[in-house]
Formats: sequence, structure tokens, C-alpha cells
Amino acid sequence: MSRQQVEMTVNGRVHAGEVEPRLTLVDFLREDCALTGTHTGCEQGVCGACTVLVDGEPMRSCLMFAVQADGAQVTTIEGIGGGREGLTPVQQAFMDNHGLQCGYCTPGFIVTVEAFLRDTPSPSDEQIREALSGNVCRCTGYQGIIAAVRQAADQLAAEARS
Amino acid sequence: MKPAAFDYVAPTSLDAALTALADGGYDAKPIAGGQSLVPLMAFRLAVFGQLVDLGRIEELQGVARDGDELVIGAATRQAAIAKDALVAEHAPVLAQATGWIGHQQIRNRGTIGGSICHADPAAEYPATAVALDATIDVASTRGRRSIPAAELFEAAYTTTLEPDEVAVAVRIPVRRPGEGTAIFEVARRPGDFALAGCVVRVATSGGAVIDARVLAFGVGGAPIRLAAAEAALAAGAGVGSQELTAALQADADGLTPPEDAQATSAYRHSIVVHVANTAIAEAIADSQ
Repeated sequence: MSRQQVEMTVNGRVHAGEVEPRLTLVDFLREDCALTGTHTGCEQGVCGACTVLVDGEPMRSCLMFAVQADGAQVTTIEGIGGGREGLTPVQQAFMDNHGLQCGYCTPGFIVTVEAFLRDTPSPSDEQIREALSGNVCRCTGYQGIIAAVRQAADQLAAEARS
Repeated sequence: MKPAAFDYVAPTSLDAALTALADGGYDAKPIAGGQSLVPLMAFRLAVFGQLVDLGRIEELQGVARDGDELVIGAATRQAAIAKDALVAEHAPVLAQATGWIGHQQIRNRGTIGGSICHADPAAEYPATAVALDATIDVASTRGRRSIPAAELFEAAYTTTLEPDEVAVAVRIPVRRPGEGTAIFEVARRPGDFALAGCVVRVATSGGAVIDARVLAFGVGGAPIRLAAAEAALAAGAGVGSQELTAALQADADGLTPPEDAQATSAYRHSIVVHVANTAIAEAIADSQ
């Protein structure tokens, strides 16, 4: 089976490589790009731990092959702050509200929520729960995560007004 | 890497994709959103020599109106259908059905043609397509044909498509005045596969139901028409009436729903009556 050339922009940086078509996007990100912030959980599209943004939209990187992301703009948790610029309001809210414990699912949640609040600046509680429904967390019981999204939404709305 | 090795092509024209599928025979498989196919490959329940990706073919994308029909490109993403203005106006139940599919991350990648051709027994789009009298345009190097949705679904994961054929578009008659539609389902958790669900379309005249489509899903291999309920509704039986209740019970008695870790067959029997009642009431309310 022939290997194929693939090139994509990950967090603003071009990554190119020669890959087997069966290499999933999450494995490409973790092993070829050395971006291990995106976590592999179930590898069957159920848990959401591997969620990344592909051309701005949250998708499961275990349900895509790297060759399918050829030419795409990919954003992983490493591209969402937490570095020298400090935490984003979403990340800070997760810390403030016990929105994480072991942290394994957290990158998938943060990526999902960043896109959700970008598209839904003033969400209802029901919309928040619906937006989180595609990500599994086995530690927190979700209430802290819901509170974190509410806090981040309120803070971002206040910042948008000022 | 979990799936078995395969070759991959991503043509930008439909003709090139059809040629690749014709050349590949049974060893070649079209992939659209991949949200059902990739897990099957990860488990090695499905193994292919070659994947033909339909995701880069422009003519398979988008929603347009063509006379009395909506024409939806087969590779149009579910998330795009959920927020499409033409769908909202002319086939609102399709947008509602989309909300029941998986989660946002899945809908951002999954496609309407992929869902219909995959023909999962618990999927929303196949039953919705039948309820709306949709037609599926398919193509191969041998030519094109149109298949009524009611003739597409044979059994679980099995359609009347030939291995070298791909869905090109889904044609849906636009909603007519006096029509009402609804979809309702029960699942263990939001986004899970439905234990049972129901799509309903009623035609009314002067406020009275004169025709009905009642399609159950998740309770058999393919979408199933609840014919007794349809007949009762067309004969004027109202929501909660003895006639409709008896008809739904007769329909349910004729089903042999699957039994698995999620639900017993008996539980699915009782759910299908509940979801049908709910969807029928909502569809009639929607028609007023």
C-alpha cells in the first residue's frame, strides 16, 4: 500500500510528511507533529478526547485520516493559548470551577467549548449541555464543566460589551 | 494505526470517483464523512483495498431548489443541512432530524448521502427520506438512475445500490400547504443510537388529516411504515383516540425489534408506540 504526501497547517505552522493512508489525524498530530496535547481515548468516535478544529469546526481526529486533512487548517489544544499569553477565559473558567480533575478529556472539552462560544456567544443552559454532549468526562460529573462554560460565556459577553 | 492498510484516492470530479470505484470492484469503497465507516475500519469489521474519498467533489455539495424539489448534494455535511435556510423553509423535519444525529463534532463531518447509503437501522435520515417521499439520484460509470427512498433500504446496512454506484443527490419534495411533519426518538443518552424513533408526515385538508406517513426506525433492519396507524389517521382517527391506539398496537405487534445491551425487544415495543404517538401529535400540530 503506497504512502502519500500530506501537508497541513497546524496551529499556524505547516506540517508535511509522508504517511500511510490509514494513519488517523490524531496519530499524525501526536506522532508526526509531536503535538501530544490532543489525546486518544476510545479511537472509535465516542469519547471526544481527540477533538480538534479542522478549518475552524470541531471534529473527532480519530474519525479522520491524515490524508483527508491534506490542505486543511488544524487547530489543536496547543494552538489555543495556555502558553506565554496565559490561559484563555475558557481555560481559566475550567480551573476556577473544577471543570477538570485528571485532565485526560480536557483538551477535547476546551477545543469544543472554544468553537461553541465563538458560534454561540450567549448560550442557554440547554445549549451548553447539548454542546458538551459529545465529550465524555469520567471524573467531574460534568457540573463543574457546565459552570465553567457559563462563566466563560458570561465573561466573553461582558468583554464584548466593553 | 488501527485499520488495515488501504490505498486512498480523493478525486475532485465525480467521473474520476466513479471510474475508481468501477476499477476497484468490491475491493473499493466510497467514503464520505466517515463517521460510521472509520469506526468499522478501526475495529477491522470492515477492510477495503481502496478508499475513494468523495469529500473533495464540488458537485456533491450544497442545497438548491429545483422546481417542486429540494436537491441536496449527497456529500453535504449534516451541520450545513441543520442551518440551511432552504431546508428550514421547505423540509424542516430534515433539519430537526439532523439535531438527533450524534453530536456536533459528528455532524460537522457526517453527510446526508453517507448516512443514507450506510443505512444504519437506527439512523434518522433513512426514515426521514422515506417519510418525505425523497428520491436518491445515484451514478456509476454505467449511467445514472433515481431510486425512491422507499425502494432503497433492504435490510440493516443494506441498500439496493450496486457496489460501483454512489449517491449524487437527495431530492425532497418541498413542503406543501397543510402538511405537518415531526420526528421524535428515545435514546439512552442524547446523541446515542435511537432505541426507537418515528418520523411522521401528515397531509391535511380543512384541518383534517387526509393522508399520513408514519415511519419507525431502530426497531427493524430498515425504516418501517406503520401501515395501520397511517390508515387510521387517513380515516380520521385523532390523537389519543381508541382507533389510533389500537392501530399503533397492531403495528407494534407486527414488529420484532432487536434485543441488545441497550434495550430488550419488549422495551423497544413499548417505546415505538410512545415515539409514534408523540411524533403524530407534533406533526398534526405542525400542520395547523
